[in-house]
Amino acid sequence: MKELPGTTGLLINEPLLWEKGRAGRCGFSFPRRDVEPASLDEALIGQVPDLPGLSEVDVVRHYTRLSQWNFCVDTGMYPLGSCTMKYNPKINEKMARLTGFATAHPLLPGRCSQGAMRLMFELERLLAEITGMNAVTLQPAAGAQGELTGMLIIHAFHEKNGQGRSKIIIPDTAHGTNPASAALCGFRAVPVKSNEQGILTPETIASVMNEDTAGIMVTNPNTLGLFEENIKQIAEIVHLRGGLVYCDGANLNAVMGIVDMGAMGVDLLHLNLHKTFSTPHGGGGPGSGPLCVNKQLEPFLPVPRPVQENGSFRLSEDFPDTIGRMHAFYGNFGVMIKAYSYIRSLGPDNLKKASQLAVLNANYVKESLKGVFHLPFDRPCMHECVFTDQFQRAFKVSTLDMVKRLMDYGFHPPTVYFPLVVNGAIMIEPTETESKEDLDLFIEACKAIVSEAEEKAPLLHEAPHKCIRGRLDETKAARQPCLTG
Amino acid sequence: MRFLPHTDEDIASMLDLVGLSGLEDLFAMIPEDCRRPSDLSLPQPLTEWELQDLMMESSGLMAVRPEYKVFIGAGSYEHFIPASVTHLAGRSEFVTPYTPYQPEMSQGTLQAIYEYQTLVARLLGLEVANASLYDGASALAEAILMAVRITGRKKVALSSLVHPLYREVVQTYLKPVGHSVLELPYLENGLTDLSKLEGAENLAAVALQSPNFFGCIENLQTAGELAHQGGALFITCFTEPMAYGLLKNPGCQGADIACGEGQSFGIPESYGGPGLGIFTTKMKYVRNMPGRLVGRTSDAEGRQGFVLTLATREQHIRREKATSNICTNSSLCALTAAIYLASAGGAGLRELAELNHDKAEYLKRELKKAGCVISFESPTFNEFVVKYPDNFEAAHDGLLRKKIVPGLSLAPYFPELKGHYLLCVTETKSKTDMDALVGEVAS
Repeated sequence: MKELPGTTGLLINEPLLWEKGRAGRCGFSFPRRDVEPASLDEALIGQVPDLPGLSEVDVVRHYTRLSQWNFCVDTGMYPLGSCTMKYNPKINEKMARLTGFATAHPLLPGRCSQGAMRLMFELERLLAEITGMNAVTLQPAAGAQGELTGMLIIHAFHEKNGQGRSKIIIPDTAHGTNPASAALCGFRAVPVKSNEQGILTPETIASVMNEDTAGIMVTNPNTLGLFEENIKQIAEIVHLRGGLVYCDGANLNAVMGIVDMGAMGVDLLHLNLHKTFSTPHGGGGPGSGPLCVNKQLEPFLPVPRPVQENGSFRLSEDFPDTIGRMHAFYGNFGVMIKAYSYIRSLGPDNLKKASQLAVLNANYVKESLKGVFHLPFDRPCMHECVFTDQFQRAFKVSTLDMVKRLMDYGFHPPTVYFPLVVNGAIMIEPTETESKEDLDLFIEACKAIVSEAEEKAPLLHEAPHKCIRGRLDETKAARQPCLTG
Repeated sequence: MRFLPHTDEDIASMLDLVGLSGLEDLFAMIPEDCRRPSDLSLPQPLTEWELQDLMMESSGLMAVRPEYKVFIGAGSYEHFIPASVTHLAGRSEFVTPYTPYQPEMSQGTLQAIYEYQTLVARLLGLEVANASLYDGASALAEAILMAVRITGRKKVALSSLVHPLYREVVQTYLKPVGHSVLELPYLENGLTDLSKLEGAENLAAVALQSPNFFGCIENLQTAGELAHQGGALFITCFTEPMAYGLLKNPGCQGADIACGEGQSFGIPESYGGPGLGIFTTKMKYVRNMPGRLVGRTSDAEGRQGFVLTLATREQHIRREKATSNICTNSSLCALTAAIYLASAGGAGLRELAELNHDKAEYLKRELKKAGCVISFESPTFNEFVVKYPDNFEAAHDGLLRKKIVPGLSLAPYFPELKGHYLLCVTETKSKTDMDALVGEVAS
């Protein structure tokens, strides 16, 4: 066997901040005091905040040590399905830190902020071209807020047409946030099942679509990593009864330069810049979730919107049908800079190539692990593939046991127990930035774990063995919540 | 392309294994009528050098320090950020992982967020904080939705001195579900008029911002008592959390939920985002709280560790019955704020807050001497409203040419306040900067 990446190394213990703090220490260089103290009504003044005192060295060691307890994309393969954990280029970080961008105030007069408006205007055009949609808002701060923006637009569209529609069709292969986003707009989710091949059929949709249904929220490619081949007919059915088609574009990484979302019949589509367009996930944000729409929905987009006039840019609120504002300012501009840099660095051919290689990598993993793990839908996949623990259940080994053991081999686990339609799901999305050698090591690690499952199940039940902590008691955390110290 | 590791040989051998002859064959299942009719029409790729030149040019068009002196706050604040904060928060172990679903491999982020929750809960005087929301505006919208869930009532009272852009976001969130907003007007002294709250019943929440949009410090205690008398939850919101280095915190004045924007804590303005939605409440409401939570637990050997917890509130489990649809939040910004607060400490934060207050008072006094009118008499923290001399509109352009941005005109937000400007002074403004502004206004 080749040498797998997982190993043990010396990790340094580190207490909680307040256990380390000492009154009288401080890690801050204060600006010079060049004015006299001014008085303030004593009744308004509170106690000094109860925050620990630490020197700069204390703070640096504390967070450096904590950082070393994390696994990240820069450490190794992070094949979380539906999360698109691709490499985050360093040049993008540098661009976002340029003084003119990083320190710009959002309410500067227009003539003082042409650079930022130009970047937003151009990024909207780039995303419209990549998706085949007509207009884009960059305001949503994450994918789920993009979904909410889309639901608000669907609501406003029907209201404008004098129709109060109350339901939204949501397939079992949609992302988990979809029903929650729809509910926030007062819509009731109508669940529908995918067929035995893992995709939707026009007949299923026709049987539930009616004049009280505002539209459908479909994820394409779906969370089984499969392309919804009937999407065009489904869109026609929904449109015929006056509904709109919302596509969750979290999985766009599979189809850049290949599909045309507008031609598919999609009316609204959100993107995750922190997935497809390489901006880092930050351990759970900040992300950015632009929403793309077709021509008829453009008037409903949130304001303000960057517009170009006579060679200069301004932010316009002059859109009477707008749903309003989704963000205090314009969205996560710092994230937009990184996505813009990524698109400009790759250009048209490399973006398409990225999708092709993402799909190649997923199919390579699927073919290589077929038979090792149970493959519930044995057909060509897009950017991710879904296995289950069905073969290993005989040895009383679960998906969770196997992926915890994967950590010991130096890989981040795939997404597990999702989508819910697959029992014991293991959802692997390698992304295009993993090389063949790394995929081969991952495949080898999976095979080793499957052998262990048969021969040494307790080793898996007790995994992981090489992380800073062993398996953590999530039940205890929920039963006796301790959320602050 | 340097981000794509595949050699031609790799591609050939991988295609061979999957039984295909070309990359295009991977997409055979996509129907013709779903495909693009032509190649992407995008600009050709740039090298790193070319990209840097392009971005330097764009960013060079922005009016920023040190060349410009910008006296605008209004929800985005220029504060000094220690080099150590930027350095630590930029470590790729923090920047490039996902949400910590696999706790054994994510203890760094999890402990850091647990510490963040603790620090902001202590700062605001409440019992529990979540792992962050997107920004101050969405945090307020989520707080109002939470109060609606808890009380079962559908009407909320919102101060007109909550940031006007936050109020717009709240309206956008509330509109489709038909919740109504009772707007509380403001008084001549720059504080919220609470008279509509007397005897008001059936309110889910009363929401005030302090310091408010005019920079004035609200009487939270009184507002909270009025809210509670009518059975409403009391929500306090903020755009400038630095104020709570000096002022009485919301928790000790009766807040049930304290939420707002945390950008001031080590996060650059970045043209308005990303920010940090801080959200704190009482433990008894935790199961109605939106957003992620980190909790303490132990591992198989009994050692202390941290996990995401109380996920039964969340969308991936409860789907349409979830407390919110939020999943990705502002984790890295929360981490940054924690590093910033750890660097300053309680005493340091007090010192910074005092500097903000004292400098703002200095400018207020000097502007008054120069013939400007301070529009509202109530005490302020680091922002205040000033009525410049009548001919100021013309002088404004002259100031911009001299690279001074003299505050934010309030006319677009409060038409009755034409000629009034909202000014902000933080610790980053020197006496020299302020004297230059006063000199220009006086001349």
